[in-house]
Amino acid sequence: MTTAKELPINVNGDVVLVRQHVRTVAVDVGLSLVDQTKVVTAASELARNALVYAGGGQVRVEVVHRGMRLGLRMVFSDNGPGIPDIEQALTDGWTTGGGLGLGLSGSRRLVDEFDLESTPGEGTLITVTKWAR
Amino acid sequence: MDRVPILKLGDILIVSIQIDLQDMSVLALQEDLSEKVVETGARGVIIDISAVEIVDSFIGRMLATIAGISRMLDAETIVVGMRPAVAITLVELGLSLGGVRTALNLEKGVALLNQIEDAQRGKASR
Repeated sequence: MTTAKELPINVNGDVVLVRQHVRTVAVDVGLSLVDQTKVVTAASELARNALVYAGGGQVRVEVVHRGMRLGLRMVFSDNGPGIPDIEQALTDGWTTGGGLGLGLSGSRRLVDEFDLESTPGEGTLITVTKWAR
Repeated sequence: MDRVPILKLGDILIVSIQIDLQDMSVLALQEDLSEKVVETGARGVIIDISAVEIVDSFIGRMLATIAGISRMLDAETIVVGMRPAVAITLVELGLSLGGVRTALNLEKGVALLNQIEDAQRGKASR
């Protein structure tokens, strides 16, 4: 079983590396093909967000347990400008980066647990978990 | 950065995405394809994503943008070969790819392009 790993998100190509690593762990954890696709897509959205909005950051990918169930957890952190209005940022279509505004809101729908902490001027911490069924 | 090759078959351009797309490759494809559409006078573009494991909002937007650009350059775009897991994820993500026509596979994509052309010809002769 894969152990926790921290990956940097500093350049465009890092987003691809994050996706590939998350896919490997998702397979190890025993997520269904659809759930693998969902969690890898969420990883791609959140990694790109860290790059575009915070100029970079990192993600820690780990396997978590709840009873007999296994899950995949990703913790994205950055030291960017932070998110002043979290509720607004989680609204479909809201964007300050010229995108579609689906990154945060969409990722939240793709995972089972989603937690966002942000301090303006200090950075953002997003923790998401997908459990195997 | 990897570039996605564009193949020409008659008056159709075929793009088969076989790499794990990074954002730069996506943008390059958009430009390469628009140039190629004009250069060849293609009437249709088929983008085969059967090897693509995920389509996130960036890649999804690129597909919609390519369809929009091609339409302006007088070519129809058909996205073919989407995996079921990708379709489920895209809808849940909130991306319905409104302006993009899809077909199950390359063969059906070509048939759809012919159908569109026939319909346009019918309209023009009327």
